[in-house]
Amino acid sequence: MSQTFTIDGRVIPFEVGQTVMQAASQAGIYIPHLCYHPAFKPNGSCKLCTVKVNGRQSASCTLRAQSGMVVESDTEEINAERRMLTQMLFVEGNHFCPSCEKSGNCQLQATAYHLGMMSPHFDHFFPDRAVDASHPDILLDFNRCILCSLCVQASREVDKKQVFALSGRGIGTHLIINARSGRLADTDFSLADKAAQVCPVGVILKKRTGFAVPIGQRTYDQQPISVPGKVAEEIRHD
Amino acid sequence: MHGEAIAGIVDRVIARYRRDSTCMVQILREVQEACDWIPPEAIDRIQAVLGVARAEIESVAGFYSFLYLQPRGRYRILFSDNITDRMQGSEALLEQLCRSLWVEPGKVSEDGLLSIDRTSCTGMCDQGPGMLVNNRAITRLTAVRIEQIAELVRNQRPLNEWPAEFFDVADHIRRADILLDQPMQPGDALRAARERVPSDGLIASNMRSWREGLPSGIGGPAAMLDEIKRANLRGRGGAGFMTGLKWEACRNAPLKAGQQRIIVCNADEGEPGTFKDRVLLGSYADQVFEGMTAAAYAIGAQRGFLYLRGEYRYLLDALNATLNARRKANLLGRDILGIPGADFDIDIHLGAGAYVCGEESALIESLEGKRGTPRNRPPFPVTNGYLDQPTIVNNVETFAAVALIALKGGDWYAAFGTRHSAGTKLLSVSGDCARPGIYEYPYGVTVRQVLEDCGASDTQAVQISGPSGICLSEAEFDRAIGFEDIPTAGAFTVFDRSRDMFEVARAYVHFFQHESCGFCTPCRVGTSLLKKLMDKLHDGHGSPYDLGEIEKLDKLLQSMSHCGLGHTAGNPVIDTIARFRPAYEKRMVHDQFVPAFDLDRALSTARQMTGRDDSQAHLDVEQGRSA
Ligand SMILES: Cc1cc2nc3c(=O)[nH]c(=O)nc-3n(C[C@H](O)[C@H](O)[C@H](O)COP(=O)(O)O)c2cc1C
Ligand code: SF4
Ligand code: SF4
Ligand code: FES
Repeated sequence: MSQTFTIDGRVIPFEVGQTVMQAASQAGIYIPHLCYHPAFKPNGSCKLCTVKVNGRQSASCTLRAQSGMVVESDTEEINAERRMLTQMLFVEGNHFCPSCEKSGNCQLQATAYHLGMMSPHFDHFFPDRAVDASHPDILLDFNRCILCSLCVQASREVDKKQVFALSGRGIGTHLIINARSGRLADTDFSLADKAAQVCPVGVILKKRTGFAVPIGQRTYDQQPISVPGKVAEEIRHD
Repeated sequence: MHGEAIAGIVDRVIARYRRDSTCMVQILREVQEACDWIPPEAIDRIQAVLGVARAEIESVAGFYSFLYLQPRGRYRILFSDNITDRMQGSEALLEQLCRSLWVEPGKVSEDGLLSIDRTSCTGMCDQGPGMLVNNRAITRLTAVRIEQIAELVRNQRPLNEWPAEFFDVADHIRRADILLDQPMQPGDALRAARERVPSDGLIASNMRSWREGLPSGIGGPAAMLDEIKRANLRGRGGAGFMTGLKWEACRNAPLKAGQQRIIVCNADEGEPGTFKDRVLLGSYADQVFEGMTAAAYAIGAQRGFLYLRGEYRYLLDALNATLNARRKANLLGRDILGIPGADFDIDIHLGAGAYVCGEESALIESLEGKRGTPRNRPPFPVTNGYLDQPTIVNNVETFAAVALIALKGGDWYAAFGTRHSAGTKLLSVSGDCARPGIYEYPYGVTVRQVLEDCGASDTQAVQISGPSGICLSEAEFDRAIGFEDIPTAGAFTVFDRSRDMFEVARAYVHFFQHESCGFCTPCRVGTSLLKKLMDKLHDGHGSPYDLGEIEKLDKLLQSMSHCGLGHTAGNPVIDTIARFRPAYEKRMVHDQFVPAFDLDRALSTARQMTGRDDSQAHLDVEQGRSA
């Protein structure tokens, strides 16, 4: 018999060892998240998935479910803080949604819509980040990187390549490429790699497919990101 | 340097670390000591020999302030940039040296000879301003000393020919109590603990260690643990966790095949304003190692690490000599004190400029040769620490107290201090006072008493436990040091009435922004936003709106951050707004929101490029003018 806990009053069954995030998605409850991907060990870095348990906030993607836990998630207080996090991610990088190929398929954008983010609020950082167009099939636009580490994990764990890593520290943290030149063309990266599929935003982009699906008809144009299971599905089909 | 020479250096270093890639931080640090930076050829070689992807190597190197992937010159000068250094005039001295050597702060000189920059507090607040030259600490900088340094660099004199007094580090022990005043010969504490057993009887906290066949003899592991529990010892690194409970959890953690238990001494001491661990390791190293050894008995650990902050590199040789002497005296190594199976040894790992590595799980990551990013917890280090093995991490002072408890017994120790804070605490006193230095007090001492003893006058505020601690104003000086009232890792920084508490808070905010590891969104971006807001107030663009923003950010940092660094990063601002609001109000020159962006100033690059500075080249917008 499985045990249960509650999220915003709803009873959620779980198996021992599952995280709050896993149990919630299984039960069809959406908790905003960006660095979590069901296929990988949770990172716990974006903090979008933060929930409140016994008055303490904690990332639900790393928090193990326990019997009788009382979890608050979809409250105005927590969503306001999540909204601030999306604003922080927007101003930290350079995000110009109208001209971004990922617009409509982007989880950052969709999550911001879901949380009702109306403006970036904070002053933009306007970081200076160069684009890497060296690879014949793939474009890297670091301007949009939210440092979720998913490409790092996918390349290391699935593709067995280690094409990506995070370097630097603090606000200077940035993605690096496994080549002395620092260019993607000088790695064994390929379109078939898992790491080419996992980016939640518009950094790792397939070349020559730009705007094949018109904006307005894309994944999150059709359905909000909160429709359960949609995130995982989108990743699978991308 | 040629590729071959570099490869030779790398090979030697890697051999010394037995081709162990978990020693990556140590390998990179030593390669840099030989090459002055970490050139791409060195990374090629490490990659080839260790089989670690170059991106992984660069990822690690890129995390630490003292590891350079770009040339930084043969003389790498870093001015300690704590608020106390600034109060002692460090900024003017930095400017003087830059002018004298024709170099801009943060840049490498044209001839590639040197670089000058700032670094977080180097732990010399009682004898500042301080600097590091190629990781060697220099104290008591003056204008005269700066001129001498400029001359030595210009003449390219090697560091070991510089005057020895530049590198003098004084202990400044101003008040010694049971810990600092207890003469102890190496081995005394271990022997005393062994002898006490028959009389005290063996009170086993649990029997697992016996079942697992842990070494017995020095009071038996369980008896040693009981002494610590009876002493009511709490961690001295800040959080004050019960040491006995931590040890017990580690000892009870099951071992998987091939695993062992690990003891880590946390000597990262990065909190601005604290320097007591430096004094303990400089003058009481035997006692600290003895405490680690006693801990090893109690929990059955065979391997120990001292994680020494890179700023204390100058202590390394003496510490290694102490370890060697202990090995010779059979106080480390196999069958310690002749007790069969009592095996324990200690390695020293050096940090490389990252405050967050003081956080215990980040420290363990760094020990494993990785970026110092705090882990997701649970699991905790006591069950899954260094290389997934049960690990205890304790502060330097905690281990020094352990040795004292082993020597004198837990009941004796528990009689000092207060009910919930047994024993004594070392305070690192600095700032506006006549006698900065180390003060040991039984817990329960009032802030006022410390101020009196250190010769502080006209005191406006005391920052206790560094920027992540608490700021007190005069009305609170009767409060007491101890876990019941004001817990502290030891920093005690005094500010008299001539100081601007807004600037103090701003310096601390800069510190957190610089030291954020960048892992989690709220702290990575939040500390930068907080810094921008404080700079905005400083620049005279502040309005009450900005105070509201600061409060919102502080709340987010507290509730959403991944580790203690982010949780406390807003403290200095919130504390000073609550206590020294006029210092902020002075900066609220506008009652309505004003953008931080200054249009006229933004044009200054264009003016510089065109060589113009006439009125036509300026914007005459009311708020656009820079002051
Ligand atoms: C950002 C950060 C920095 C820390 N720095 C130190 C440090 O320099 N030294 C230390 O002993 N503990 C430091 N700590 C606390 C450690 O995580 C840990 O609690 C401590 O080493 C445990 O030792 P204790 O129980 O003996 O106090 C730090 C914690 C945080 C969150
Ligand atoms: S490139 Fe994409 S997947 Fe990789 S870290 Fe950045 S945002 Fe995440
Ligand atoms: S709170 Fe700051 S230091 Fe701690 S993990 Fe997050 S970014 Fe790193
Ligand atoms: S999804 Fe949990 S922290 Fe990012």
